[in-house]
Amino acid sequence: MAEAGAVKGASVVVVGGGVTGLSAAWWLAREGVDVLVLEKGIVGWEASGRNGGGATHAYSPLFREEQRLWPMMDELLGYPTEYRRGRIRVALDAAQLEHYELTSRLAQSQGFTVDRLDARALQELVPYVGDDVAGGLFWNYGGHANPQRTVQGYAWALQDRGGRILQHATVREIRVAGGRAIAVVCDQGTFGCDAVVLAAGPHTARLAAGFGVAVPVVPARAEMIVTEPLPLMRHGGVDGNGLYGRQTLRGNLAYGGGPHEWIEIDGAATPRAVNSPVVRSLARRLRELFPRAAHVRVIRSWAGVVENTPDGRPILDRLADPANVVIATMSSVGFGLSPASGRAVMQLATAGSCDFADLTHLGLGRFAGLAPDWYRDRGWVPWSSGDGAAPAC
Amino acid sequence: MTEPLDSTAIAGKVFPVRAHVPVVVVGAGPAGLAAALEAARLGLAVLLVDEHPVGAGLIGMDVPLQFGERMDAAVRNKPRMLERVVAARPGIEEAFAMGVDVQLGVYAWGAFVDGPTSRAQPRPLLALADDERSWLVSWDRLIVAAGARDLAVAAPGWDRPGVMGARAFAAALDLYGAFNGRRLVVLGSGVVGLETALRAKAAGLDVAALVETADAPQGPAALVDAVRRTGIAIATRRCVAAIAGTTEVERVVLRGLDDGTTHEIACDTVVTAIDVVPNVELFDLLGCRVAYRAPHGGFVPDVDGDGRTSAPAVFAVGDCAGLSDAGLGDPATAIAAGRRAARAAARDLGRTDVPADGAPPAAEPVADRDPALRRWIAAQAAEGGDALVVCQCENVTLRDLLGVRPPAYLDYDAAKFAGRNLHSLAAEGPLNQDQIKRLTRAGMGPCQGRRCREQVQALIALRSNAPTGSVPLPSFRAPLRPLPLSVLSADDEPAELRANWTAWFGIPAQWLPHWEKAPEDAEFWGGRVPIPDATK
Ligand SMILES: Cc1cc2nc3c(=O)[nH]c(=O)nc-3n(C[C@H](O)[C@H](O)[C@H](O)COP(=O)(O)OP(=O)(O)OC[C@H]3O[C@@H](n4cnc5c(N)ncnc54)[C@H](O)[C@@H]3O)c2cc1C
Repeated sequence: MAEAGAVKGASVVVVGGGVTGLSAAWWLAREGVDVLVLEKGIVGWEASGRNGGGATHAYSPLFREEQRLWPMMDELLGYPTEYRRGRIRVALDAAQLEHYELTSRLAQSQGFTVDRLDARALQELVPYVGDDVAGGLFWNYGGHANPQRTVQGYAWALQDRGGRILQHATVREIRVAGGRAIAVVCDQGTFGCDAVVLAAGPHTARLAAGFGVAVPVVPARAEMIVTEPLPLMRHGGVDGNGLYGRQTLRGNLAYGGGPHEWIEIDGAATPRAVNSPVVRSLARRLRELFPRAAHVRVIRSWAGVVENTPDGRPILDRLADPANVVIATMSSVGFGLSPASGRAVMQLATAGSCDFADLTHLGLGRFAGLAPDWYRDRGWVPWSSGDGAAPAC
Repeated sequence: MTEPLDSTAIAGKVFPVRAHVPVVVVGAGPAGLAAALEAARLGLAVLLVDEHPVGAGLIGMDVPLQFGERMDAAVRNKPRMLERVVAARPGIEEAFAMGVDVQLGVYAWGAFVDGPTSRAQPRPLLALADDERSWLVSWDRLIVAAGARDLAVAAPGWDRPGVMGARAFAAALDLYGAFNGRRLVVLGSGVVGLETALRAKAAGLDVAALVETADAPQGPAALVDAVRRTGIAIATRRCVAAIAGTTEVERVVLRGLDDGTTHEIACDTVVTAIDVVPNVELFDLLGCRVAYRAPHGGFVPDVDGDGRTSAPAVFAVGDCAGLSDAGLGDPATAIAAGRRAARAAARDLGRTDVPADGAPPAAEPVADRDPALRRWIAAQAAEGGDALVVCQCENVTLRDLLGVRPPAYLDYDAAKFAGRNLHSLAAEGPLNQDQIKRLTRAGMGPCQGRRCREQVQALIALRSNAPTGSVPLPSFRAPLRPLPLSVLSADDEPAELRANWTAWFGIPAQWLPHWEKAPEDAEFWGGRVPIPDATK
């Protein structure tokens, strides 16, 4: 990558080097567009490098494209993502089984198939489940990948195609004139542009507010645990019992779920996301899911900050004013969809619309009339027990 | 409170604590014992935890010290080991007598306090575990006296049983009484190496050689003389060409750094005693400010004269707050620091009559410990070459580390990495060890990076011609000890937490087709229905 001094403006400046911004930039670079990513820290450092790696979003209009693209990503990027296709849902009891059958319908209605697994078949595929497991489902769709390898893969692949990334470059302002974004101001300089993709995750709201556009997203912290490696199952994408996650190709069990914590982000930096006693509850659920792995040791936990919109759905929108800005924020389901969201954003930025998915209901327009303090009504606010007993730590 | 709560969030959830303790002390070495005794003397209720004797499972994983499988089977006998630990540290009996709640064989594996992304806990928490279960305690003041860790250095064959660290050696000998080697080669001639050699000799062990990469012994002259008087050979300008044997260590092959010649020394144990490292894992979890200070032995917390860290309720005392020039043999400084912190904690908790300790604060260490680390790492990297395994758990070679390569179990296009390495990464911004961990897996394994984090830091710094301390501290994560799911498991989980558990946020509209309008009225979907599982 060029030194800071040598970086000039670009045709498209992407604000945010998470998986959404990087994928968009990579697709733009593939189209020969001169693209520059400005990232306040290290690429993929936030939610994009800290998630469950799940790539199974049947409720999204981008689902088909997600499913089509993932099996090709290693080749398209030229770097390994550790993608594996297929998911297994383990039901510990009849109620869970029924629930999984229900949640499978959305994919089935789009032509994807599901196989039922009885307890014996499940035990063969997933040796860590217990004797009394109710059964499970095998989804011949969906999958999982390694988030950290994937974000770095996007970043390297876009550099290979001439795209540029400037790390440690915090964007302060998107300068607008005559109804168009004309430059992006960051602490490493000001970069002229023909278009802007705003993909700053939880910081998107603040940056958009700078040019008068309200983007309703609020941040929350979510956490995961990971175990030491154990022998590989035939399919790593196994979850259930209120957990999401996967066995990595190295053999570690990496799982999340449970209570999140709504937080406030004060300023341009993302605070370091800590873990909480929830890690013990994650361990409990994982032990319940895989009783034969009860002896396996948890070696690490982590947390990340995700962004959520009022309906939990992404915002993928080319604005009317300023007319050359695309807002791209994924409301906590952005990793798996990234191959498809990036392509959609590329089309929004270059052609103004997406030709492979119906994004009608992912626009900002759906939030017209939303109360400014909408998040309060839902309790999406930081909460403290407030008994004053906690000393300053 | 009129505002609604998100029932699937952490808000309002109660995490049961086993006890609330005004003062918790972590670590029953000289500093921790002194702190606990002083606090008890001042009438405070004190919980003192120490992880020794650690479970045999962890010992086998080189956690928390690099034990190198050089302890006899007695370590499986926990009651016996408990007796030995108590016998080895007379202060423990005294603490019991003073009414301190002493819990041995208990791991402090996490700490949860208020911060920008965590506000929901009513009080600061410390997470503890033994080999059976885990639990939480809350506290008003936390005094961390977690001591120092081993500094491992990779050499060809360093994964053989019999390669151990200086702290582990001291623990095996003096705490567990379970060291089962006979003939040692000690690496490093600084304070730690010299003291290790002398201790071994005093225990009747055979020290075949003390090895040093520099051209002269490095520690204080008096210690060097003491070692020489015992007849131990100090081999200077040498590094380790190989640690060899059928499975366990049987001999070490040394390489002359000037002439390249090799010679073999028979031994059953190699003690890597180049230095030790302050154990700052809890400070990192607690968000205490740390800085790299070479004379203090690496990253250490910022503390005031009382040992108070940047988190005002947390104190750091003893080796974890920074090593002293005096070496490990002189606990006076640590004891004084422990007392001072206990007195400050007592004042915080209302004992305004307690004056500050009269003893003058210890002299700051001045000896720069960084050159020895860099010299050894550079020498061993040059000797081991590309194939040297730097991270044992994840089998990361020097070549893969420096070339930021994916792990060997992945297929990848090597040509794509031709121009990618630490240098190209450094050109894109300051190097960050956590990023390199993500790319190469160095430090990602079950030993939780204990055996490689300092080496990786030094290698990154050496390769980018940067000071060692310019590479930021890679993060520590809970659980700070590898704990089985069955142990970590929250068996005391409150029903309310269980009832409102969702795999993901539980926003009803998120799970319905996004190509249709989201339903206006969330009530239509039953409000915040508990969604037992989510599709990710
Ligand atoms: C624990 C956890 C588990 C998850 N599991 C899954 C899963 O299994 N499947 C799935 O699909 N999704 C999952 N998610 C959600 C997913 O990670 C996110 O939706 C996705 O990563 C969002 O990517 P992004 O690029 O939009 O945002 P981010 O990753 O937040 O990236 C935004 C980037 O913008 C940068 N930035 C912000 N402000 C500025 C500025 N002013 N100037 C420059 N740069 C700036 C940030 O530093 C950051 O790198 C999970 C999330 C978490 C936390």
